[in-house]
Amino acid sequence: MLTRNRLQDAVPRLVLAPSFAAILLFVYGFILYTGFLSLTDSKMLPSYGFVGLENYRKLWALPHWWRALTNLGIFGSLYIIICSVLGLFLAILLDQKIRAEGFLRPIYLYPMALSFIVTGTAWKWFLDPGIGLQNTMHLWGWESFTFTWIKDRNLAIYCVVIAAVWQSSGFVMAMFLAGLRGVDNEIIKAAQIDGASTMTIYRRIIIPLMRPVFLSAFVVLAHLAIKSYDLVVALTGGGPGQATELPATFMYSYTFTRNSMGIGASSAIIMLVMIFSIIIPYLYSELRGGPRA
Amino acid sequence: MSTPSPDNAANINKLARGLIYIALILFAIYYLLPLYVMVVNSVKPLSEIREGNMLSLPSVLTFEPWFTAWSTAQIGVQATGLKPYFMNSILMVVPAVAISTLLGALNGFVLTKWRFRGDNLVFGLMLLACFIPFQIALIPAARILGLLGIAGTTQGLVLIHVVYGLGFTTLFFRNYYAAFPTELVKAAQIDGASFFQIFRRILLPSSGPIIVVTVIWQFTNIWNDFLFGASFGDFDSQPMTVALNNLVSSSSGVKEYNVHFAGAILAALPTLVVYVVSGRYFVRGLMAGAVKG
Amino acid sequence: MAFLEIRNLEKTFGSVRVLKGIDLDVEEGGFLVLVGPSGCGKSTLLNSIAGLETTTGGSISIGGRVVDRLHPSQRDIAMVFQSYALYPNMTVAQNIAFGMEIRGVPKPERDKAISQVADMLQIGHLLDRRPSQLSGGQRQRVAIGRALVRDPLVFLFDEPLSNLDAKLRVDMRTEIKRLHQRMGTTIVYVTHDQIEAMTLATKIAVLKDGLLQQSGTPAEIYNNPANLFVADFMGSPAMNLVPVTIGSNGAAVSISTGRSDSEPLVLSIPNAPAGLAAHAGREAIFGIRPEALTDRDGADRNARHLAESECLIEVVEPAGSDTFAVTRLGDRQVTARLRADANVAAGETARLVFNLDKAVFFDPESGQRIL
Repeated sequence: MLTRNRLQDAVPRLVLAPSFAAILLFVYGFILYTGFLSLTDSKMLPSYGFVGLENYRKLWALPHWWRALTNLGIFGSLYIIICSVLGLFLAILLDQKIRAEGFLRPIYLYPMALSFIVTGTAWKWFLDPGIGLQNTMHLWGWESFTFTWIKDRNLAIYCVVIAAVWQSSGFVMAMFLAGLRGVDNEIIKAAQIDGASTMTIYRRIIIPLMRPVFLSAFVVLAHLAIKSYDLVVALTGGGPGQATELPATFMYSYTFTRNSMGIGASSAIIMLVMIFSIIIPYLYSELRGGPRA
Repeated sequence: MSTPSPDNAANINKLARGLIYIALILFAIYYLLPLYVMVVNSVKPLSEIREGNMLSLPSVLTFEPWFTAWSTAQIGVQATGLKPYFMNSILMVVPAVAISTLLGALNGFVLTKWRFRGDNLVFGLMLLACFIPFQIALIPAARILGLLGIAGTTQGLVLIHVVYGLGFTTLFFRNYYAAFPTELVKAAQIDGASFFQIFRRILLPSSGPIIVVTVIWQFTNIWNDFLFGASFGDFDSQPMTVALNNLVSSSSGVKEYNVHFAGAILAALPTLVVYVVSGRYFVRGLMAGAVKG
Repeated sequence: MAFLEIRNLEKTFGSVRVLKGIDLDVEEGGFLVLVGPSGCGKSTLLNSIAGLETTTGGSISIGGRVVDRLHPSQRDIAMVFQSYALYPNMTVAQNIAFGMEIRGVPKPERDKAISQVADMLQIGHLLDRRPSQLSGGQRQRVAIGRALVRDPLVFLFDEPLSNLDAKLRVDMRTEIKRLHQRMGTTIVYVTHDQIEAMTLATKIAVLKDGLLQQSGTPAEIYNNPANLFVADFMGSPAMNLVPVTIGSNGAAVSISTGRSDSEPLVLSIPNAPAGLAAHAGREAIFGIRPEALTDRDGADRNARHLAESECLIEVVEPAGSDTFAVTRLGDRQVTARLRADANVAAGETARLVFNLDKAVFFDPESGQRIL
């Protein structure tokens, strides 16, 4: 009887154990393994010759890697800022007791349901000078219109921003809309009695209240930006040249096509450090104080 | 009277509302345009796309590109169309979603109703796993799949998707069950129900909404995945997204834009249908993934 | 002309009439409490005075000025909300001063006003905190402070105490009353708690289904309810309401009601007013408050007419200061209020005394007061 009870007591932990073990292995074990590889002379296949921080030294000496990081800086900051501003703006507009809200909201949001591969394919042709926007403008008689960013080494990264914003801004809008709807109505009434105009109410009271939403949006978008891989592959393939290379595409090509697994592994570790330095403080503050009811 | 006359105010108000509606409609066009371009151009003959305007409606309506994309288009080296890859995706998505949802539900149940020392740490580690850049797992995962003898197979992809989806599914169910009255679980324990009986008879029957959210979230993510599919799939297991990218970026011969568009829509269709049918739950899933632990 | 005048006020949401022609006056310095069950329209009425809801008909004037078309900020009112509605991103001081800031009051003046209000409410040590760092009672004070600093013609309170725990509620109630006595400003106060209404008001307005049921001083409302609803709603424990038959035997009028456990109860009413005799032979609802139904020792010695009867006591509820004894008359539970040490026991009979001076009668169909 006693043993049976012991067994029953252990059931919950036994149920959780396989999931936890899988995650320990596939996530944390793999992180350790990749971290280890980044310290070896692995080329096409893993090899275990220890080379210390040599791969990191090589990595940071590569203009290609710097290009990827610069691109991530441009792409990530524009992507986060534009999505947040646009999302908040759309949410505020939609919050004005818009009759067609139920019709408009899903239109803003549907790109989120698409694969980045599909988004990239669509925007690739839309931005293509030969058949896309530029061609259309020419056919409409605006002969001088040029839009060749996607072919331009200096501007192609902004095309990635355009497509990514198109995909994600509706989602940020939905987050802000939920935030706006959560504001206590009585606070707005109190501000009206205090004589604040609609603009002032938004500027001084409602938008400051959206801070947690800004934070959540930042975390989600930042980690999407750092992981961005599919969109670049489908939209530009990293080109022209290396113009739209990001750390994620860099890692893939160094590991699997350039046979420099050690350098690929070290770039993956850098990506992990970037993401964790954003996510861990966030999760810590969210989880502090135990589970939320 | 120092106050503005109400009629005047009403006019200003009307003007403002007009501007709001115009802005909202312009944004709706921005979000719909790429989809419109894809749909319209997928039913045009190739010559019309090359010579014509991407925004104009087809003058000759043809569904040939759709049939080509589905069953005869050149994907990589073989002229199979997208059909076998669509099946690959289905065979991968269905079990991966089912298993990860079930495990997530059990984990959420354990983590909220069978608290043990260190449970928050376990949950934190599982949650953190949602955010890792998957690049870090590519090299070791390929080795593990090889060791297990399921490299390049659908089972391999199912395993990968289940493991990397567990963090989110556990998060969803944990947050949902946290609000579920613990008294009911205690009452059932006093009635002598076992762990699994409580789960099946008490929690599952009231888990409908969160199951829907989780299934939609997992379905969308796994269907849209590209990185794992491209890294670990071969002809018998590559998913739709990889096939679409191969179709679009294959450099041989003429670029059949209309076929590409038809293929892109085919790849997007399942998630779009899910979104249209249950957009409300989709949004809730996005929120649950983004906000709060 | 009264200080706050509400004339024939109408409000409809779609096809629902929420306010059905409300007429109310409050004198300057008065304390009007709007009371009623949830959904009666009391909050809508308050929001209409504030200008937060547009009305569909009728008119409101404050201090002789019709305010119907004025923005809330121009009506010279201040409001305290149920959720306190403090701006979470501002400190206590900023919360209090926000309205002045919007009106462009210079900073030194604002600071002076803040410190005055803070002194009055003893919240000086909280000025730099944010609302999330305050307790419920402290938030309540800040919300009141934000209203005080406006120095308005009328204060509006929307169920301000309902989020506080029982003890704090009683303290804050006293404090609001003290504040009113000191400032002498007109107040309109919404609550669903009839004890708050009784203790605070100089005038109570009872609402139900968008209709004003009765308005008057607390004593008028309590002692002379205009209809069954008001009688039942005001007072705790509630007024005993028993269906009776009115009989007359020449000049003597009596009422009777059946009892399942013993003889019907018959109470004769000497010197009954003509109004009651006119209803002879008909049914009525007889209302008597628990404190007018006691044992012999507790009976009011100044009462002109007392009637007695043996009653079977079903339940005895000692409440510390009093003991409540529950008996049954005409299928209704009836509560008598006895001294704390009254000698009654459940299952036994006790001699109860009815103070018929305090009795009221209602028409069972219309619910209106007969007498």
